[in-house]
Amino acid sequence: MKLIEFRRASTGKQIAISSTSILVVSAACFLVRDWLGDYHISAFILLLNVSILAVLLEIIPVLIAALLSALIWNFLFIPPLFTFHIDNAHDVLLFFMYFFVAFVSAVLTTKIRSTEKQLLEREREENSIQLYNTLFNSLSHELKTPISTIIGATDTLKEAGNKLSEENKEALIHEIEKAGTRLHQQLENLLNMSRVESGNLRPKMDWIDLPDLIHQIIRKMPVDYKQQIEIEVQKDLPIFKVDALFIEQIVANLISNAIHYTPDHSAIKLKINHQNEVLKMEIEDNGTGFSEETLPKVFDKFYRVPNSRTGGTGLGLSIVKGFTEALNGSVSLHNNSIGGATFVVEIPCESSYINNLKNE
Amino acid sequence: MNKGEILIIDDEAQIRKLLEINLESNDYKVVHAENGKQGILLAANHAPDLILLDLGLPDQSGHEVLKNLRTWFNKAIIILSIQNSEEDIVKALDNGATDYLVKPFRTAELLARIRSAMSKNQVQNDDAKLQFGAIDIDFIARTVKKSGTLLKLTITEYNLLSLFAKHHGSVLTHKYILKEIWGVGHQTDTQYLRVFVGTLRKKIEIDPNHPEHIITESGVGYRFQ
Repeated sequence: MKLIEFRRASTGKQIAISSTSILVVSAACFLVRDWLGDYHISAFILLLNVSILAVLLEIIPVLIAALLSALIWNFLFIPPLFTFHIDNAHDVLLFFMYFFVAFVSAVLTTKIRSTEKQLLEREREENSIQLYNTLFNSLSHELKTPISTIIGATDTLKEAGNKLSEENKEALIHEIEKAGTRLHQQLENLLNMSRVESGNLRPKMDWIDLPDLIHQIIRKMPVDYKQQIEIEVQKDLPIFKVDALFIEQIVANLISNAIHYTPDHSAIKLKINHQNEVLKMEIEDNGTGFSEETLPKVFDKFYRVPNSRTGGTGLGLSIVKGFTEALNGSVSLHNNSIGGATFVVEIPCESSYINNLKNE
Repeated sequence: MNKGEILIIDDEAQIRKLLEINLESNDYKVVHAENGKQGILLAANHAPDLILLDLGLPDQSGHEVLKNLRTWFNKAIIILSIQNSEEDIVKALDNGATDYLVKPFRTAELLARIRSAMSKNQVQNDDAKLQFGAIDIDFIARTVKKSGTLLKLTITEYNLLSLFAKHHGSVLTHKYILKEIWGVGHQTDTQYLRVFVGTLRKKIEIDPNHPEHIITESGVGYRFQ
């Protein structure tokens, strides 16, 4: 990280860094010149200095360092000292070789760096293409299925309406309704994802009665489910100052995820606790849990657990993560010892107790 | 039997058609407008019993239309709005809208809201007594009974309940309730409201976790029914 920070400094600053470094190293070499013995040793030390600078800085400051160190070496170390004059041909050759090596080292390092950068960019591009393809595949599937259902069912009702039994007509209408709900849900997820992506999530903090909100979220769940949702609220839970709609997104997506991936008639537990101004919500299910490889990936955008049931875009959990982080909170996931998994959301927030107002 | 005339102001032809079929099959007379200007004109000419107003109109903002209508139209106006626009909804309710519906909405929900809003067109809210399920409120004696048993309410709880009761069926925004009960300057003290709604629910609801009377409208306010 530090290396990159050096390169982010302005060219002026980088020149100042490189020149100072050369001046300090030359001064040090000059002070211990007797101990170093041969003046060629200081050339190696200065060359080493230039090479290190080449790794850290842009090309211009490094070239300036190369030129400066060559001149200083000439001035302070090549006899006769304290002149730019060089007496013998051997030292002239050495001086030019020094400059040449320093220059080449600067240029080569820069080239290597730019190739590295290109490779990295290409990799990133490939990753985003892959992400795009995943999105396209899962989206086209997720949107086309309900659309096909709607078109197919309405066609059947129109063309064969008279021949259909009342029961079948009703079933088709129910399918259209379900498809519409699903489309609506997918669109909501996409819109929320783009809100998360834009980095434009600004929470509007206001006091909420959390159990009231949670019950309301569960009442509004748009999908039919056969699991039992149990809510466990810590005794004397205070009211919290937090964004109600963000909490709604977080809880609704976690519950919907649990509903989707746990067997019918099993229990989904929602525990709400509060400690040291941190609101903690745990959503526990007794589904199959997650394998070691999938655990770290579940919050990634568009990630789907391999061989999982269809009917999701892989957006829900990344939305949970995005909204939780927008509230300065964190979300984690672990497998339960007795099977199933637990999602833990922790959000720091101001709280207030009913007792304070009871006498009013 | 004609249950009354409804004006639909919405720029989406499909939505207008759908609403028209729905409402006509439920014995309402329907007129519709596709923009704000036409809507205001029709409201003036037809004097409908209720207006369904979409907030996203092509020629002017739904808020402008609402403000204009509210200078002379005193019957129910229900706002049709899209998801994630709580601020818009609160603004519209504070500007005099009777109620709101978020698209996509269920037909049953629409009809229930229309019935509730229209019933208030007739009722003058100066009844001495009101009843909601097992709850009886006597505004003269200032008493509240639940299944015949007198409830002990604090003054604030009673004031809150009577405010809700007098506006039953409508959504009241947090800001409005705070101003009415605690006065100007307390419009942002929502923690008072959360706390008192909590204690009031414990007293009047059968199951406070599944309230039947005081319904929370997330990010907007409360509805009493």
